[in-house]
Amino acid sequence: MENVLTRYRNTTVLVAVLFVQIIGLAVQVKKPTEAGSTSLIRYWVVSAITPLERSAVSTSRGIRYLWSNYLYLRGVRAENRALKDQIDRMRIEEVRLQQDADQARRLQSLLAFKEQFITETVAAQVIGSSGSEQSRILYIDKGSSEGIAPDMAVISPGGIVGKVLRVFGSSSQVLEISDQTSGVGAILDKSRLQGILKGSASGDVTLQYVMSDEKVEPGERIITSGGDRIFPKGLPVGTVISVNPGRDLFLNIRVKPAADLARLEEVLVITKTVEKTVEATEASGPVRAADILAQRLPTVKKQEPPESAKAGAARPSAGAAAPAARPGVPSGVAAGQQAQSATGIAPAAHAVPPAARPATAAPPPASTATTAPPVSQVKPDASTGGAGSQSQAPAGTTPAPKTPAPKTKAAPPPAASSQPPAGSQPPAHEAAPR
Amino acid sequence: MNVAVSYTSREEIEVYRFSPLANVLIPLLAILAQVFIPVRLRFFSVFDLPLLVTLFFAVARRSQVSGLMTGAIIGLVQDALTHQPLGLYGIAKTVVGYGASSLGVKIDVENPGSRLLIGFGFYWVHQAVYFLVARNIAGLSLEWRWLHTLGAALANGLLAIVIFAVLDRYKQRA
Repeated sequence: MENVLTRYRNTTVLVAVLFVQIIGLAVQVKKPTEAGSTSLIRYWVVSAITPLERSAVSTSRGIRYLWSNYLYLRGVRAENRALKDQIDRMRIEEVRLQQDADQARRLQSLLAFKEQFITETVAAQVIGSSGSEQSRILYIDKGSSEGIAPDMAVISPGGIVGKVLRVFGSSSQVLEISDQTSGVGAILDKSRLQGILKGSASGDVTLQYVMSDEKVEPGERIITSGGDRIFPKGLPVGTVISVNPGRDLFLNIRVKPAADLARLEEVLVITKTVEKTVEATEASGPVRAADILAQRLPTVKKQEPPESAKAGAARPSAGAAAPAARPGVPSGVAAGQQAQSATGIAPAAHAVPPAARPATAAPPPASTATTAPPVSQVKPDASTGGAGSQSQAPAGTTPAPKTPAPKTKAAPPPAASSQPPAGSQPPAHEAAPR
Repeated sequence: MNVAVSYTSREEIEVYRFSPLANVLIPLLAILAQVFIPVRLRFFSVFDLPLLVTLFFAVARRSQVSGLMTGAIIGLVQDALTHQPLGLYGIAKTVVGYGASSLGVKIDVENPGSRLLIGFGFYWVHQAVYFLVARNIAGLSLEWRWLHTLGAALANGLLAIVIFAVLDRYKQRA
């Protein structure tokens, strides 16, 4: 026997190693680990790899920042002009959407309509992936120490990204919506048909369980239905690319995800939501789940407020007016507007006078955790100094409680006016401390 | 005697070893690159750098035991970074490590042509083992994609030429 083992030593070792792994695999399949629990080997590997990934991300980010902000500035002036034009166009659009939003909110309140509101989010940076085509996983640089827990929704300015699968001390695993084991409750925006968004082995995303006798047009938008109890209702999911009859009773609907899953750098993890009935008296209302995308971009840099903004905050009545004199619009705002445009959902309050624009700028250090205060409780109030309030608490900071914002029930924004006067009520999302 | 006849040059029977630092750092860097680069360049996930490193160590050392152990360890680390059960990549790379080191003692693995074939062929073996194990033991519903696998195998074969040439610098004669 010993002679045989010696003679076939290599084969014996191969069989033994394979046997051990197969048994281990079988045990895992038979007794799947509970949600949130992590095997020791996984914990060790992730703990060893993520610090390296984190430093690689920081280094590449620093190099790119240096290159794009100090070296490669070709076409910046032209781009700046184009963005300013875009901002002007969007301001007009905002006013129109604001009126629609106000009307919708009044109707919702009449129906005692309950809506989910995002009250806390944590900005995180994507630091790695599984590196495998069979497992569409992302690693983010926030973990249990920042309040992340399994099954929390992860979103980006474009739309939903996935959900938190496993949580480690200072990092988390996020299961993308394109993974074949993923499932998201979704609804077609126009036809209001419900289905389940599923990924596939090839990374394609499809909307399933829509009956084949229903009419679905390519190009139709898809939003979350809220039925999965992970993603709040109304977040952008994607757009229908093609519709074909399936093999069974259901349509085969291919979807292009709203979030660019191939180029994710920063995401928001929704750590808390509340369900609340919209009150008609809240002119601009609490911030809806969909609105948060446009508000808390992780790319908004932690920055000291400019003097004018501070002055604005100190002088409530003039708070919104003061920054109006600043020429140009900071990049953070432009990014926010792009995001709004990308989501296609109008933020809660958009009648933003140019004066009320925040003086935010470039992206924050990604490692900064953010915990938004309950934005649903934040009343839009000009007296807090619209511009000042945002610039004092940009994304990436844990905001200090505001000085008692006088809860003057601000009058609704002038419906007819296309350009509200400076110093008028700032939008809810700008009043919300970040 | 038969063995000596089957070899055509000294190069073919050369056995190499690696410094302890290279033994640890090369697989670690390969895994790090594999998980980091696809975040920025999604198409990069068609490459399997840990597989190429497994192949390189296996054919350079020409020891079946060390080849399969290297494959098993690298595969398990890769598994730990996915959300799937541990062992899928572990088993696939164990088989690949064993096979490559067995082949390494029989053929010339120093020229680019054979390296292309090694990368190409063992990518198929790796995917086939992974697919079989994932479907039949782990119960995952994977779909086999011929064209995609063919393209990925070719890409990995070509990359193997480059990677092997770079890693040749760290080889030391045993």
